[in-house]
Amino acid sequence: MGARSVLQEADISRALTRIAHEILESNRGPENLVLLGIPTRGVALAERLGTLISGISQHPVDIGSLDVTMFRDDLSKHPTRSPRPTEIPAGGIDGKTVVLVDDVLFSGRSIRAALDAIQSIGRPAVVRLAILIDRGHREVPIRPDFVGKNIPSSRQERVNVRLREYDGAEEVTIEA
Amino acid sequence: MRNLLDTRTLDRDTALRILDVAEDMSDTQSREVKKLPTLRGKTVVNLFFEDSTRTRISFEAAAKRLSADVINFAAKGSSVSKGESLKDTAQTLQAMGADAVVIRHSASGAPRTLATSGWISAGVVNAGDGTHEHPTQALLDAFTIRKRRFAAASRGRDLTGIRVVIVGDVLHSRVARSNVWLLTALGAEVTLVAPPTLVPQNVSQWPVRVLYDLDEALAEGPDAVMMLRIQLERMNAAYFPSEREYSRRWGLDTLRAQTLPRDSIVMHPGPMNRGLEISAEAADSPRSTVLEQVTNGVSVRMAVLYLLLAGENNDERGGVK
Repeated sequence: MGARSVLQEADISRALTRIAHEILESNRGPENLVLLGIPTRGVALAERLGTLISGISQHPVDIGSLDVTMFRDDLSKHPTRSPRPTEIPAGGIDGKTVVLVDDVLFSGRSIRAALDAIQSIGRPAVVRLAILIDRGHREVPIRPDFVGKNIPSSRQERVNVRLREYDGAEEVTIEA
Repeated sequence: MRNLLDTRTLDRDTALRILDVAEDMSDTQSREVKKLPTLRGKTVVNLFFEDSTRTRISFEAAAKRLSADVINFAAKGSSVSKGESLKDTAQTLQAMGADAVVIRHSASGAPRTLATSGWISAGVVNAGDGTHEHPTQALLDAFTIRKRRFAAASRGRDLTGIRVVIVGDVLHSRVARSNVWLLTALGAEVTLVAPPTLVPQNVSQWPVRVLYDLDEALAEGPDAVMMLRIQLERMNAAYFPSEREYSRRWGLDTLRAQTLPRDSIVMHPGPMNRGLEISAEAADSPRSTVLEQVTNGVSVRMAVLYLLLAGENNDERGGVK
C-alpha cells in the first residue's frame, strides 16, 4: 500500500502562516513570546513560525528547542532513544508565553513529557501548543491550541511529515 | 549497550554516542531542577570491593540525578570480609532486583566475569578492575578534552589530530590503558612518558609512542598532558630511586607547565599527590581541568547509565541505531 499525500508544500506554508497569525492574535502581539520546538521536526517548524511572526509583527521572537526524551514515560518500551539538545533562549521562559511546536500530535505523551521538561527549566505564565498535524487517538487529556490540519487516521496508519530542512522534500503523507 | 566493561572493544561510533548523550546530560545539570525522572524505578548497585570515594560518589550522583535508586555496597564490613564469593554476592544483588551493577574490583576481569557468567541479568559497568581498565574515567577525560577544544560545537566530533601525552605510572594504571584505547579510537595521537621501570612489557603492541623524557614530550607542544597518580599503595618494589627524583624528572612542575602552549590543558584523574607528580601551582592553574573532570564525570556516568537502562528491557539495551 503506497503513501497518500495529504498536504503539499503550499498547504504547509499556508497552514504555518495562519498559525503565526493565530498565535499573534491570542497573545495580543509578539511580546513575551517564546517558541520551543520539540526535536526533530518541531524545531524547524518553530524556526519557520518565528520568522513568520517576527516578519508580520516587526518584532523579534525568541526561538528554542526542548528535548523531551528524558521525561518520557515509555522509554522502556522502545529501543534506547538518543536525546537531542535543548536550547533555551537567553531570556529564559519565566513569566513568558511559551508555545510548544511539534509536527504531529498523536497520543499526546510527548507533550505531557514536554510539560514536565518545561517545569524543570522554569515557570512560564502560559503554555500553548501549536501542531502541524492533529491525527487524533489521544491517550492523555491534552489538546492543541493551534492546528495546521486535522487528519483523521487509523492507529495502524503512519503519518509522515517531510520538511526541506531534514528530508529534502516538503509534504505530509499518510500510509497504511 | 548491555554492559560497559572496557574501552578496548568500544568502537568510535558507540564512544561518540556516549559522549554526545553526556553533552545533553551536562546541559541538564545547569538547569534550575537538575533531577530528571528518566530512570525512575530502576535500581543501581554500587559494588565496590576496593576503596574509592570519587568514583563511587560520582556514580551515586549520576544515578540519583536520573531518579534511580542507589544501593551502596562496600566490601569492607560486609559479608565479603566473611568470605562470601563474588558469585554469591552477585546472586544476592540479583535477588534484590538490581537493574545495573557498578563494580570496582582489585582483580582484573572481575566485571567481565560478572557480566558473562550468567549469574545476574543486570547490566554491568566497570568502575575500575585491577590494572585492566577504568572506562568511565577515559570517557570523561575524552569528554573534557573535546569540550575544552570545541566548546559548544563538541557534539558529533571526534579527537582527530589531538595530541595527548600521558605521564607516569603506566604500568599499574587502568586509567592509562582505558585512555590509550579510547583516545586512539577517537583519532587522537597518544604518547606515553614514564620511567622505563613503569612501562608495561607489551607496550609495543599498543597504538602509542613511548618516550622516557618528559621535557622532550612537552617540547612538542601537546594539546593535553595527563598526569597519572603515583600509586604508592601498589609500589611494592623499587620502581624509582626516590620520590624526589621521580618528581624532578617526571613531575609536572611550574617551570615545565609554563613551557606548554597557551591552550594546552593539564589533566589528572585524582586524587593528586601534590608536589610528587604535579606541583600545586600547575594543579591550580587555569589550564588545569581537574575539577572540570569531576563535573564531567557525573554527566558521562549519567550517559552510561541512561544508555544501559533506559531502553527496552529485553533488547540489546541501546545498541547503536
